Order: sequence, then structure tokens, then C-alpha cells
Amino acid sequence: MIQTISVVAYLLLAPFLGAFLDGLDRILSARMQGRKGPPFLQPFYDIGKLFSKQMLAVNNAQLFLNLCYLIFLAVAGCMLFAGADILMCLFILSTADMFLIMAASSDSSPYATMGAGREMIQMMAYEPLTLLLAVGFYLATGSFQVTDIIHMPQSAVILLPGILLGFFFITAIKLRKSPFDLSTSHHAHQEMVKGLTTEMAGPTLAIMNIAEYYEIVLMLGIVALFFVNENWWSWPLAIAVCLILYFLEILWDNVSARVKWKTLLSSCWIVTLLAGGLNILILMLVR
Amino acid sequence: MGKLAKSPWLLHYDGSSCNGCDIEVLACTTPVYDIERFGIINTGDPFQADILLITGGINSQSESVVKQIYSQMPDPKVVVAVGICACTGGVFKECYNIKGGVDTVIPVDVYVPGCAARPQAIIDGVAQALEILQEKRVAYKQQKKGPKEDTK
Amino acid sequence: MGILPVLIGWPVLMAAVVPFIKSVRTRSIAVYMGSGGVMALAAAFLAAWLLGGAPVTVFYKETEILNHCMLGAELFLMGLIVYLSIKHRKYPVILLSVGQTALLFWSEFTHPAAPAEHMKVDSLSMLMCVIVAFVGGFICIYAVGYMKAYHQHHTEYKDRSGFFFSMLFLFLGAMLGLVLSENLIWMYFFWEITSVISFLLIGYTRTEEAVHNSFRALWMNLLGGLGFAIAIAVAASTLGSAQLGDVVKAGSVIPIAMLALAGLTKSAQLPFSSWLLGAMVAPTPSSALLHSATMVKAGIYLLIRLAPALAGTITGTMVSLIGGFTFIAASAMAIAQNDGKKVLAFSTVSNLGLIVACAGIGAQETIWAGVLLMIFHAVSKSMLFQAVGSVENSLGSRDIEDMHGLLLRMPKLTYIIGIGIAGMYLAPFGMLISKWAALRAFVDAGNFLLVLFLAYGSAMTMLYWTKWLSKLVSMHHTKATVKDITRKDQYLSMFVHSACMLLLCLLFPAVETLVANPIIYELFGSANEVLSMSVVTTMTIMLVSVLFVPVTMFLVTRSAHRVYVPIYMSGANEGDNTYFVDSYGEPRHLYLSNWYLRFQFGMRRLMLPAEILSAGVLLVMLCMIIGGAI
Repeated sequence: MIQTISVVAYLLLAPFLGAFLDGLDRILSARMQGRKGPPFLQPFYDIGKLFSKQMLAVNNAQLFLNLCYLIFLAVAGCMLFAGADILMCLFILSTADMFLIMAASSDSSPYATMGAGREMIQMMAYEPLTLLLAVGFYLATGSFQVTDIIHMPQSAVILLPGILLGFFFITAIKLRKSPFDLSTSHHAHQEMVKGLTTEMAGPTLAIMNIAEYYEIVLMLGIVALFFVNENWWSWPLAIAVCLILYFLEILWDNVSARVKWKTLLSSCWIVTLLAGGLNILILMLVR
Repeated sequence: MGKLAKSPWLLHYDGSSCNGCDIEVLACTTPVYDIERFGIINTGDPFQADILLITGGINSQSESVVKQIYSQMPDPKVVVAVGICACTGGVFKECYNIKGGVDTVIPVDVYVPGCAARPQAIIDGVAQALEILQEKRVAYKQQKKGPKEDTK
Repeated sequence: MGILPVLIGWPVLMAAVVPFIKSVRTRSIAVYMGSGGVMALAAAFLAAWLLGGAPVTVFYKETEILNHCMLGAELFLMGLIVYLSIKHRKYPVILLSVGQTALLFWSEFTHPAAPAEHMKVDSLSMLMCVIVAFVGGFICIYAVGYMKAYHQHHTEYKDRSGFFFSMLFLFLGAMLGLVLSENLIWMYFFWEITSVISFLLIGYTRTEEAVHNSFRALWMNLLGGLGFAIAIAVAASTLGSAQLGDVVKAGSVIPIAMLALAGLTKSAQLPFSSWLLGAMVAPTPSSALLHSATMVKAGIYLLIRLAPALAGTITGTMVSLIGGFTFIAASAMAIAQNDGKKVLAFSTVSNLGLIVACAGIGAQETIWAGVLLMIFHAVSKSMLFQAVGSVENSLGSRDIEDMHGLLLRMPKLTYIIGIGIAGMYLAPFGMLISKWAALRAFVDAGNFLLVLFLAYGSAMTMLYWTKWLSKLVSMHHTKATVKDITRKDQYLSMFVHSACMLLLCLLFPAVETLVANPIIYELFGSANEVLSMSVVTTMTIMLVSVLFVPVTMFLVTRSAHRVYVPIYMSGANEGDNTYFVDSYGEPRHLYLSNWYLRFQFGMRRLMLPAEILSAGVLLVMLCMIIGGAI
């Protein structure tokens, strides 16, 4: 019962929650830059506008692939919020990303292809940590099942601080934040037009944005997983930590410049190895 | 204000400007003027833009480019010519390679004169463009609905 | 079980007949009949075995005459190798060949093993039989059409198709014999035959490169064969038996280590990977059959057989380390390849590495994962090789860069490649589930290094498949048209493979309970539940979403009204999406390349260190094992 409610809630509310968080992000970013920033509801205005625009396309496949991206992200989120296997959820997440890459490459256009290439590199950069994350939860709680993980007597983060640190790192990639917003960026100053989304116009872009809102909530859901345990007070704590982490991502976004792909790949892999790998090693040794 | 007016995204194109107006356009995004207050984003991608903001006159090199990126913008869309060169060709009007203002190749909705146009003027021009955008949106919606009603 | 000699004999007979048929038409019919026969016989064999209650049966205790024949054939093979080595001035190979044959004869005459059953049928060997007969049979059918086109395309090579088909059939016979053998001497005999056939097929075109690569394959496989011979000699002298089951049961260290070495060379693990990469010069059907779907699986098969004796031993650690390392190193090198067949070769090596790592751990869960990986890999890789071969025949190139927008040019082949690639790494195809199980088993086994290898290796696997896939789906309209010259028999084989792939995916729980679990039960005497009910439910959700979401979305979006405009090239399109105006004002063709990261992941950069490292690990650990045993 609770499972059904949380899945339905995720499906219905995640886009709104994601959009609110995005609105917050834009205001906070503006304030950090000494500007006033857009209204809080700006993401809704944007989505509404995009849906009202003409449907321009460069081929007949992109809309379809973009919709697949959206649905797969929603499915991945549903699996997390239904308390299913976290490793499978992460596998679906990468499948979703693959559809986005295909959507961009289907354009066969210079900027989108370049963006797709960079997105692949990003995927390769964050993938090891997602697997280690699942392994970490398995070692800490003895199960890949989200339902088991949230009913532990203590929060998983006590055993997995390194993994959380690594996850903070890759969340920057997933949320397309500087310094890792290589494939496409929310900022105006992208060196290759809009990268991945260059040929996405109107409704197609709106679908992509909604998918990103699902993704934000999914990523924060995984962060919450580190903190939630069987006690009731762990829930508000988890939400608070999610917000803090989101704030830190925004801060990081605003204080750092975009890096080159080599730096992205090596820094992510090294952080994964040092933070995630060492964490896992210690857990394996003490087990 | 309707949906479109709350979220107009800009595409800034430099026809053959001396870069004076371009600097002023960029100044609009700085903390002093902060056009993001109005939900305006400088996208740089015609597929995602609602307002085409052109500085400088049109020469024979940039003519086809302007036409093409204009065609790649989804309806409804408006064009703002920023600076006197974009409006009429300005001091370069008589040059061998200059065709004249932007309106020689695509329809222009708002003219923002000035050399260079001041940020306040540019923002005012964009604000006027928003109203036209809103009108166009209504027209576009009716046009879209039109054929359907006929079939009924 | 009277059908067994027929099952092995039929392909051998075909091998003897086919080269003497001169008419191409008749030969094609003979090949169809031959492969149909192998499949029918295998199906009959399977049916008889299943109707009999799927028992573990052993037979052929007294085989005096046959044993002598085999020794004779062994001498013939040695003679052939010696002759060819002298002809091509590759003298060290002679040493290896003569050495192992001498060793075998010595052990045969000084320590004759007590008579025991020479063949054994159980679930694992049955599975291998089915894979060999059906995948192999369809590849033979495919080869008929392929070889015609191949020789039209490559007029510079002498047409030796008759010899080629003969070798394919002989290989099928040898492979069936190999997986059914219980006696190590018999197994060794078939093992040598497959090595020699692989050598002959790699050298098919007789170019300098082909000959060079074929000798590299030969010496590496002979090194494994030498290990095999040592294992037989040691087992015969210490245990007094040359039965695989006895060796595994006794857990005698040296024979097991030597057999594991043989398995590693056969399945092209580092430092022996280069032979498989070089083998790609051969015509595609042989790459599909020998160097991906079946022959290299012989090494895996042997290691899985050894698995109960590997669990928790230093040999097991060695095998799993080498396997895991091969997985990550080969995945990394695959990134930098733009030759379609090379990517497939590297991916084969890396997937074999994963299976080897699973076998080396030797726990029930890992073997479960390994067996399933093997099934999925055999089908999808054979399909991919065939599709790439067909693309090469039509397109004149197997470069992935040339496959840009293949979806519009050769849609059927592209869908087949797409299904194959999806089967290799996407959720919820079996590969991924098996990886999931392997990851869990590696964690349970407490093997930190393997967990890391798997995590990083999977990320790299993801990259090279995704970029290939994205190349295929690019909607790039070119004026140059390509004529699809793929023949019907080729399509038949590929369609059957893709249907099989989709079915395996849909029926995953059934495959798991009916195939993998009995194998585990026979190897270990008990079988744990690897897939829990909740996982099956999760998988069903994934399956439904992956199969139905794209289809539904396709139908939904098909009717959407869209206005088509050119792609964005800074407004400098030359009227369409293929040309743009360059800075000289001239039209220029748009060319989009994939990322290959050659300076980071190139073979030139990584191969030598990887080989040195793995050779070092292998040597040190072998010394430790042998030293410890003595």
C-alpha cells in the first residue's frame, strides 16, 4: 500500500518538486552572482511556454527517443520509491541516459553529436561510483532492496561516508552543474551552443526538462537513502540533508569553471577510487 | 502577461556590427540590469529561442545565415533590431557589401535605435517585443485551431 | 545414447565430403544439409536425453582401438604442424608441438590409466552441445552466402571455400567431442584439433599478416596444450587416472593449475589475448564460430568444470584475478577501436574475462552467472559478427565511422546489430542480470579487486557500445546509396539468432531454472536460489518497460505533427544537412566522428603494460602454486 502511494506520489509530484527546486536554484544562483534572479515559478512558465510552441524537428526519431528517456527515468525513480532493488534502479537510470544520448546523436548535427560524445564520457565517469554505491549499501545492510535499507536500525551513512562523498561528486554530473556540465548546460555560456539539446525545440525540450526534474528528485532520493532508518526522525533529517546537499551543489556550480573532459574523467575516477573504493575495502575487511 | 511573455528566450545574432551594441546586449545580463528578472535567458540556440535580437546591418555574407536561423526558430517568434545599423544600415548603409537594415531580409517587429543602443533601451525594446509576442501567440493558436474546427 | 557417435561423426563426414564437391551449387546444398543434420541430430540427442529424465550418464569404457587411432591422429597433427612450421620458418612452434606429443606418449606408455568411461553427458555438456550445434549450424548456413560475396569482394584471395567449409564442419565435430569427453586424453585430442583448425582458418587468405597471426594463435594455443599434456602426465602418474572428474574430486594442485592455464590460453585471457585479436583477419564466419561463439568457450567450459576445485584455492585466485583484469583491460582497449570486428574481438575477450573471473571464484552464484553470461554471449556475439560481416560485404568497410546513419541505409542489418548490442549491455537482457549476480557474488566472496574491476569495466563497456549504437541511429541522409547484397541464408541465420536473443530475454526465469540451476546442482551437489522472487518481479518490470515503452512511444509520436527544419550548423548549411559553407565560401561535407580516446585507451598504450602485468601475475602465481605443491 505504502509502496503504491509513494510510487504514485513520485510520478505525480516529482516534476513539480523538481521544478520548485530548479526555481530555487535559479534564484539562489542569481543571488550568489549579485543579481535578483527570475521569479520562483519561472520553471513552470518555461515549461508552459515550451509546450505552447511550434513543434520543430530535424528528424522523426528525436521526439520518440526523448519520450523514452523521460519514461525510463520515471521507471527508475518508481523502482527506487517502490523500495525495489537499487542496483536495478541504477541500471535503468543508465539505460535512460543512453536513450538521451541516442536522441542527441539521431540529429547527426555537429553540436548535438559533440554533446552526445561528452555525455558518454560523463556516463563513463559516474558509472563506477553508482555500482560501488549499490555494493556499499549491500555491504552495509546485507541487501540491495531499498525497503530493507530504510528499515535498518541505524543510518547507512555511518558506514558509507566515503560513498556519500563520491555521490556528491557525481550528482554534480547528473544535475549538469559546473564544473561538470560538459554535455549541455543551464547557463548561457556553453561553448558548443546547447550541446546535447541543440536541436530540441518546444515540446521536445519541455520533455527533456521534465525528465531532468524527475532525475533531480531521484538523485536526492538516493541521498536520502543514506540517512533514512527505522526511526521517524531520520526522515526530516534526510530531507534536511538533501536540501543542504542541493545547496552545496549550487554553490559549487557558481564558484567553479567548466573543466575539460580529461579532468572530469580522471577526477571522478580518482574520487570514486579513493572515497568509494576505500570505503568499500574497509567495509569488506571488517565484515 | 501570458505564458510566452513570462519566459522569452533570446537569440543574439551579430549581423555585421562593430560590437558596440553587442557589448550593450551583454551588459543587460549583468547584475546591474539583470534581464533574467523577466525570465529572459540568452540561449544562443535558434531552436529554443523566441526573440531574435540582431545587431548590425546585414551584409551579403550574413544574409543567408540570418534567413536560416530565423527559419529554425519555432513559431511564435519576434525579431528585435538593436542599434541604428540593424534598423537601417546606419553609417554603413552605402557600403558596397551592406544590404541595409535587418528588415531587408526578415520581418522586424521592434526597432531599437541608438549608437550604441543603451541597455535600458534594449530592455525596453524587448519588453515591447513581449507584447507583440503575446499577440502572435494568440494568432498562432487560432491558426493552429482553425483547420481543426473546419474539419468538425 | 547410440546417437552420440552419429552426432560427432556426421560433421566429420561432411568435412570429408564437402571439399571434393566442385560445383558451388551442390556444395551449398551439401552445407545446408550438413548443418541441418547437425542441428537435427543435436535436437534428437537432447530430446532422447530429456525423455530419459536428463540423467548424468557416462559411457565408452573400452575403447582400445579408438585410443590407438587417436594417438595416430595426434602424430598426424604433430606432423602437420612441424611441416607447416618448417615451411614458414617458425621453428619454436615445433618444440611446443613435439614436446607435448612426446609427453603424452610417454604418459600413455609408462602410466597407462585404468580403463574408465571416456564420455559423459550432463547438463553442462548438453548445454554446450546445443550451443555448438545450433549457433554453429546457423553460422555454417550463413557462411554459404557470405563466402560467395566475400570472394566477389576480395578477388585477390584464392577461393578455397571448399576447404573452409570442411574446416567448419570438422570443427563442429571436434567441439562436440570436446564437450562430451570426460577422459582428459580424449579431451586433449579434440582440444588440439580445434587449435589446429583455428590456426588453419586464420591463415585462410594466406597473406603475410594472416600467416603471422595464425602462427601466433598456434603457439599460444600450443602452450595451453602443453599445459594440458603436463596435467595429463602428472594426473596419470600421481592419481593413476586421467579422468577430469577424478582430478577435480582429488583436487590435485598441479594438474588443476595446468588445466586452468590451458583454459586461460584457449579463452584468450591476458597475456594471451593477442591471438584472438589477430584472428580477426579470417573470414567473418570463422570469427563468429571459432573466435567468439564456441571455440573460445572451450576454455570457459573447462574452467567451469574445474570450478568446484578452484573455489578458495590459490589457483582459483589466479584465474579470477587474470579474468577480472582481462575484463577491465580489454574493455578499455575496445574504446579506442574503430574497426567493428576489433571492437567485437575486444568485447569477446573482456566478456570471457568476466566469465573466467566467475569460474575462478568457484561459488555457486558465480558459476550461475558465468553459465548465463556464456549463453547470452554466444548468441549475441555470433549475431553481431554475422551482421558486421554482412555490412562489410555490402558497404566495403567494417569501420564504425562508415556506419554513420546505417539505420537509413541498411535498416534490417542495423536492427540486428542493435538487438545484439542491446543484448550485450542493456537492461534487462541477460548479460546485465548476470553481471548483477556476478557483482553480488564477488562481494560475497570478499574479492575487492574484482568488484573494482567490474565497476570500472562496466563503465567502459557502456561507453564503447553506446557510441557504436549512437553512430548507427544518426539520421544522416546521404546521396550515396548502398545496395544490401546480404543473401537470404545469411538473413535466415541472423533472424533466428535475434529471435533467439529476444526469447532468451523474455524467458529468462525459465532459462535460469531449467538450464543454469541443474548445472549448478550437478557441479556442486546442491543449488541455492540465486534469483529471489522480488528480483524476478523487478526484472519483469524492467522487461515490460524496455520492450514496450519504445514501441508505445514510437506509435504515440508517429502521428505527431512536426515541421521539419535543417539541423543547426550556425546558419551555414548549404541547403541540406550534409553540406555546410566553410570559411572559403566553399561547400564542405559534414563529417562527424565518434570519440576514440586513443591517447588514453589506445591498444598501443595499454596492451604491452597489460600483457607484462598479467604475465607477471601468472608466472608468480604459477610458481607459488607449483612450489607449494612440491
